[in-house]
Amino acid sequence: MPKVLASKWTKVVLFLLSLVPLAYLVQRVFERRLTANPIEYITHFTGDWTIRFLMITLAVTPLRNLLNQPQITRYRRMMGLYAYFYGCLHFLIWSVLDKQLDPHVMYEDILKRWYITVGMAALLGMKPLAVTSTAGWVRRMGYKRWQKLHRIVYGCAALGVIHYYLLVKSDIREPLMYAAILAVLLGYRVVVSMRKKKPAIKRAPVLAK
Amino acid sequence: MLIRCPSDLPYSDVTPKHVYLNRRRFLSRSAAAVGAAAAPFAAFAAAKLNATKTPYSVGGEKITSKDVVTGYNNYYEFGTGKEEPAQNAPKWKVPSPWTVQIGGEVAKPKTIDLDAITKLAPLEERIYRHRCVEAWSIVVPWIGFSLSTLLKQVEPTGKAKFVAFETYYDPKYMITPREAGIPFPYKEGLRLDEAMHPLTLLCMGMYGETLPNQDGAPLRLVIPWKYGFKSIKSISKINFVEKQPPTDWAAYAPGEYGFYSNVNPKRDHPRWSQARERRLGEGFLGQGITKETLMFNGYGDQVAAMYSGMDLIRNY
Repeated sequence: MPKVLASKWTKVVLFLLSLVPLAYLVQRVFERRLTANPIEYITHFTGDWTIRFLMITLAVTPLRNLLNQPQITRYRRMMGLYAYFYGCLHFLIWSVLDKQLDPHVMYEDILKRWYITVGMAALLGMKPLAVTSTAGWVRRMGYKRWQKLHRIVYGCAALGVIHYYLLVKSDIREPLMYAAILAVLLGYRVVVSMRKKKPAIKRAPVLAK
Repeated sequence: MLIRCPSDLPYSDVTPKHVYLNRRRFLSRSAAAVGAAAAPFAAFAAAKLNATKTPYSVGGEKITSKDVVTGYNNYYEFGTGKEEPAQNAPKWKVPSPWTVQIGGEVAKPKTIDLDAITKLAPLEERIYRHRCVEAWSIVVPWIGFSLSTLLKQVEPTGKAKFVAFETYYDPKYMITPREAGIPFPYKEGLRLDEAMHPLTLLCMGMYGETLPNQDGAPLRLVIPWKYGFKSIKSISKINFVEKQPPTDWAAYAPGEYGFYSNVNPKRDHPRWSQARERRLGEGFLGQGITKETLMFNGYGDQVAAMYSGMDLIRNY
């Protein structure tokens, strides 16, 4: 297991696997199988994958700890960047195909429609994380500060789920499913940090047993 | 009442049958590649309907292709995804004979079956613009006749001020209200004058045939100046009442969907703009084209008088 995780080929495979949704979408474009409302279909498709990659990214750390496989962290950046990649596609489809880059219509939508305001905020929040995702930036900022900055991703994921919840008409099953997954992923972190904060004295009697 | 008749649309503008049939063959073939998804297409049992043209049709609009209208539906009982009704609804066998219970504030309540309804008046083909509250629109050649023809049969009393409608609900083939997020059986309603308006269509067919299940077989309403969800599908009950009846979407989110739900570009849905709409199936790649939404969906000349003096922003 650690061997597979350490292999550079695993990274290549994962890179290509992450492109499968995009390839599937392109295939559907060529087959003209984009439903009767292609712009809506592509928008929802790229939005879905943004949230999914955000969830995968947030699952990396818990998985690493629970499986005790530090190598898993090697894939976290790629998953995060893919979340940003699908998020940017999502934004491009909305702005170019849906709003035809009409600045007035877009501005009005961002200010007036809560789900668009929230979605925009989530995507803007991801931008500095994508920019500072390189090893060089970790060095320049120092790991502690870099880590602090990258906690913004928790907020982005939450905003992403809220964005989805706000836009559905009445069937809230899917947004609620993502909310539940996110609650588990963030809840895990809360529990871990609370345990860390407990003073060592409390543990002493247990050790003495 | 004076009804102005828009110029007639030449039949040559209708997508020729061999074109849309070819598209359907293409669609079902690609669906076959995905798997069993193609099976429901076999369940289509559409029968020909003869209908005469009427002056109620809109002119100058390109008819939306049939595969758009039958493949992209809001019929939450058969799934909340746009493509789910086309997959799930064909599995449902429309009960035969189909009966409609009509009662409430009427002199002659009755239960009438579909055959008898169809014989009440000659069938007309009416090409209407159809605007969904979700800001997409289509142009459909519906078949039927004015709802008033049926409603007059039961002789509404003076107490009848509103008409309430109910969709058939069959839990064996339809999802639960919990899954859909809205109550079932689906309920809709109209003011009596709206229900009696000649444009309000009692519809049993489209594109020259009986209605496919996902479009509301065997009997539905089409109210062209209101958002699509007012045009209730698969009607099983009609009830004349004195007070404004509860309706599904208005009950679910009263701040978002009103009882009237007249198409109104000036009254935005709280979560999206209603100023524009996407006309489906049009454009270079069939991606749809953006159009300005018209007040009363362009039927203002015929219906605006019913709402004179009413604040249509507050009474949305």
